[in-house]
Amino acid sequence: MKLPTLREVGTEARLLLIGIPVFIWTMIPIYHMFLFAISPKEDAFSGKLWPDHPTLHNFSIVFHQQHYFLRDFWVQFGNSVVIAVAVGALTLIIATCAAYAISRLRVPGSRVVMNLALFTYFIPAAFLAVPMYRTMGKYGLLNNDWSLILAMVTIASPYAIWVLKQASDKLPVELDEAAVMDGASPLQIFRLVYVPLMMPSLVAIGTYAVLLAWNEYLYAFLLLSNDKAITLPVALGNFLAADDSPWELLMTTGFIYALPPAAVYYAFKRYMVGGLTAGAVKS
Amino acid sequence: MAITLSASDSALAEAPRPVLLTPSQVWGIVMLAPYLLIFIAFVVYPVGYGLWLARDPASYVALFNDPIFARAAVNTLIFLLVGINLKMVIALFLSGFFIQQRGWIKWLSVIFILPWAVPSIPTILSVRFMLNPEWGMVNHLIFNLTGDDGPNWLNDPTIALSMAIGMHIWKSLPFWTLILITGRLAISQDLFEAAEVDGATWWQKFRYITWPSMQTLYITCTLLSMIWTLGDFNSVYLLTGGGPADLTHVLSTLGIRYLRLDQLSLAMASIVCAMPLVLPLVYFMMKRLSR
Repeated sequence: MKLPTLREVGTEARLLLIGIPVFIWTMIPIYHMFLFAISPKEDAFSGKLWPDHPTLHNFSIVFHQQHYFLRDFWVQFGNSVVIAVAVGALTLIIATCAAYAISRLRVPGSRVVMNLALFTYFIPAAFLAVPMYRTMGKYGLLNNDWSLILAMVTIASPYAIWVLKQASDKLPVELDEAAVMDGASPLQIFRLVYVPLMMPSLVAIGTYAVLLAWNEYLYAFLLLSNDKAITLPVALGNFLAADDSPWELLMTTGFIYALPPAAVYYAFKRYMVGGLTAGAVKS
Repeated sequence: MAITLSASDSALAEAPRPVLLTPSQVWGIVMLAPYLLIFIAFVVYPVGYGLWLARDPASYVALFNDPIFARAAVNTLIFLLVGINLKMVIALFLSGFFIQQRGWIKWLSVIFILPWAVPSIPTILSVRFMLNPEWGMVNHLIFNLTGDDGPNWLNDPTIALSMAIGMHIWKSLPFWTLILITGRLAISQDLFEAAEVDGATWWQKFRYITWPSMQTLYITCTLLSMIWTLGDFNSVYLLTGGGPADLTHVLSTLGIRYLRLDQLSLAMASIVCAMPLVLPLVYFMMKRLSR
């Protein structure tokens, strides 16, 4: 083993000079949230970088709904879960069928549908929110879980279809031809050949849709307003309504809310990186 | 706008053209139907209805006479031109940092993804509290270190908008860095080794090898990021709420502001006014992606 040369030490030092600020920049908001979550109320506002008496009491208050702002915590948590899962499932079904029809069955007009979907994908969702809100009112769906589920499926599907179409274009067409020779119907090919081969992309897209729905704030806050109907991010936003809101409880709830998507993201990271970043930008 | 045709087209072309649809095409239409229904019910109808609401020229006159609209348009341009370019330059720089082969850099890259992996709402609210002039962590630290009161962060329109841009960069920097890393990894190492032998400097390697191969990707990323940032509602709305005095609105929060004030036709008109910014970018991206 040889000692590092002066030049190597210099390179390492320069890398650290970049790495340390990057680490601090990344961690500040998250650490601040964590700090509030483990601080008792009197420590939280003292500006200390570590509380004198770290505690898990805030978590217990949240889990037992022992505060005015948190009285429907579990209902809202449940809403978030139900909506995220429903959006994931519906997006997967709709997008997989559409991608199969576009890429494998070559339906007339499917190119137009693909371009329309791509166009929707690029229009920022915030601009669609106002007309969507009015439309949901007309359909009588406001304050109903379905309004948010359907809105999120609308937003998630175009990208899902596009990624799945790209992935299925890469599957060799001989597979379909062989299956047709054996007398398979389009539905059988879909079920027995297409879906199994597309599994990695389907996992990526399902995760994408679930996270998109779980993280959504704008649509949730427009479409749902009843305390028992809102999702967690809207409940977090509602904390801001009062001047004396309990920050430490808000940050604790936020921390609990942020954990599942972070866990899902890291668990499915290899699918996400392979399946999604390749699709996001094609150079 | 041609989507690339795959091999199955040739198979289709050889078959005699049936007047009626083949069974597989019938299945195709059935499988495409759910998406089409969603598209008609939740895109075509709302957009058409929205445009119908925005048909009155009077609402555009009212909009242009509203100083908040002009301010929001300027803020949006600052957000896009300054914020996005700053973010992409940093991302390009950091992508070079993260491809270095070091154990600790690998670990750092796992942590670096966190802002992208966690939902934006709690982290934005966390920053909002951090910047509170009286009880926030930042001004506490400034007071402890210097004995002076820190600035009134979110009550100054310039600082508040800068903070919103910073928030946006914090959230989306990891994603774009990740994309640019894949771009950098696609460049053949042989080129760099050859340049090393020829005694090229760090800048020359970047200028003559890295940049030419990354140029297209970089510009695509910048445009895509601009489109998405036009719709970034959370960074502004939850950090500043458009305040102080409605001076930090951007176009995506302005529509919602009008909606909450029950001025629906103004809300739609403001969205229509954003279209000259959105549509050229969308057109360009569609041309790129469907090549």
